[in-house]
Amino acid sequence: MTAGPERRPIIEARGLIKTFGRVVGLDGADFELYPGEVLAVIGDNGAGKSTLVKCLSGAMTADAGEIMVDGQPVAFRRPQDARAAGIETVYQSLAVVPALDIASNMFLGREIRRSGVLGSVFRMLDHGQMRRKAKKQLQDLGIGTLQSITQAVETLSGGQRQAVAVARAAAFGSKVIILDEPTAALGVRETGQVLKLIRDLRDRGLPVILISHNMPNVFEVADRIHIQRLGKRVAVVSPATHTPSEAVAIMTGALDVEPVGAVH
Amino acid sequence: MTDDSATIIDPAERLFREVSPIQRVHHLLHRYPAISPAVVLVLAGLVLGAVNTRFFLPANLSLVIQQVAVVGGLAVGQTLIILTAGIDLSVGAIMIFSAIVMAASATTYGLPGPLALLVGLLVGTIAGGINGVLVTRLRLPPFIVTLGTLNIFTALTLLYSGGQSIQKGIPDVLLWTGTAVAVGPFKLTTGVILMVLMYVVATWVLRNTAWGKHLYAVGDDPEAARLAGIAVNRILLSAYLVAGFIFALTAWILIGRIGAASPNAAADANLDSITAVVIGGTSLFGGRGLIFGSLLGALIVGVFRNGLALAGVDVLYQTLVVGVLVIVAVAIDQWIRRVRA
Repeated sequence: MTAGPERRPIIEARGLIKTFGRVVGLDGADFELYPGEVLAVIGDNGAGKSTLVKCLSGAMTADAGEIMVDGQPVAFRRPQDARAAGIETVYQSLAVVPALDIASNMFLGREIRRSGVLGSVFRMLDHGQMRRKAKKQLQDLGIGTLQSITQAVETLSGGQRQAVAVARAAAFGSKVIILDEPTAALGVRETGQVLKLIRDLRDRGLPVILISHNMPNVFEVADRIHIQRLGKRVAVVSPATHTPSEAVAIMTGALDVEPVGAVH
Repeated sequence: MTDDSATIIDPAERLFREVSPIQRVHHLLHRYPAISPAVVLVLAGLVLGAVNTRFFLPANLSLVIQQVAVVGGLAVGQTLIILTAGIDLSVGAIMIFSAIVMAASATTYGLPGPLALLVGLLVGTIAGGINGVLVTRLRLPPFIVTLGTLNIFTALTLLYSGGQSIQKGIPDVLLWTGTAVAVGPFKLTTGVILMVLMYVVATWVLRNTAWGKHLYAVGDDPEAARLAGIAVNRILLSAYLVAGFIFALTAWILIGRIGAASPNAAADANLDSITAVVIGGTSLFGGRGLIFGSLLGALIVGVFRNGLALAGVDVLYQTLVVGVLVIVAVAIDQWIRRVRA
């Protein structure tokens, strides 16, 4: 990264704590995401990476600590709150409704209504506009292999579904896109398509947070790698300076590292 | 939920896969689930009409439509509930309770007809709302909730009416749905037209409003709907409220049809409405189906009963045929749901 220390993070978290009964999910975790980067978050099972990301996406609320977006403190209580702040999340489950068509899924919960009386009084949806916008969004992201914007999502392959979920996030995410294990269920070729999609998003100026178990994927697309261990961030490394096996060693505790300062 | 994330098919591979005629039918049915009931209805009509030519007489067809008006009306509300992956066993009980309240408001309490109608519609809506609150707040399964309210509303109806029908002094407004209307050679009633209108409005709302989309989303995958920012419980509650209103509207049709409000009328209506929805191609697992299919389903049951009666078949065989139809319809639904890229 060429970023200087004066660059302000888009999202910053300090000392996040989240417990579930006696289980500690986050134990004073810090986090920074800078403009224009792909930040991977890795960690062993139970290291708190899912919990961290759920706090950032509004799906959970931390017990203590603070989250800042563009330097302003925020309090996300629901996913809608994070979304209103421009943070879109693609969940591992994709959160697409199988029986609905592609356009309906992309605009689910944010439907566009007709103008005039039809829209305001009769609440009539503007199917044409939503289909056009959905199609354009998919084309802009280079996803052209779909047969029809009106086909049900359940008739799509895993990679295509992933593409629809990512396209939805990209259409509405004005600041940040969070991807939770986007390649976990995909084959080699489809994984490649999703990684390309991530790079395209970054090139269009949208920073991406990528949660993944897959080291080759992480080292292929990430600009920086946030390593989570035992509820804390133990290190932030760069693919340029560290090898995957070093990252795994830090992740599992086999390699001790200095606490993270202003490294990025 | 079936999960097929392990079996991913490359889009390029699909181009080279042979598509058999059966697969083509499979995909077509998946896209348009109302096709199979429409085909069944047409075939049934042709066969039954060939057996007895009286079947196609306008007077006979008019009779069939009038006979399905009540079940058809209930099936509109039942479809909304089943689309949310719920089920409502209390539809008939809510309808009869609303009918008795409507009639008694006028005859016992002297309310003017239109006001009595409004009171009945309000009571039906509240009854539906009670189901909705129990399902969303106490998180009880709809089957259990409505099994309970089926008994509660039935008991309330009998307690309130003393088991007596209300026949005398029912105002004209409540009997209006029995008014004969000639449409060409067919003799319909305003109640039948009201029922068809309910289908038209419900179809439009499900197709063209966000509420309609959200109803399907909540029924198909509530977690995905929640993450997409849909207030799942609010949608569920509204579905039960709207359904309750529809059951009360159907109570109005019922009063017009039998010219009275009877606590013992339409005893089979609960299960008949579910039968109509299922035969109409709506999935009991929620999120799939067309409201219009339920009208076809109600008509199929009506046509079979009528046609078999004309053919001189024992009434018990009619019931047997309906039972077979239900099982075939659900089997087809299961098959359709297995469609994948």
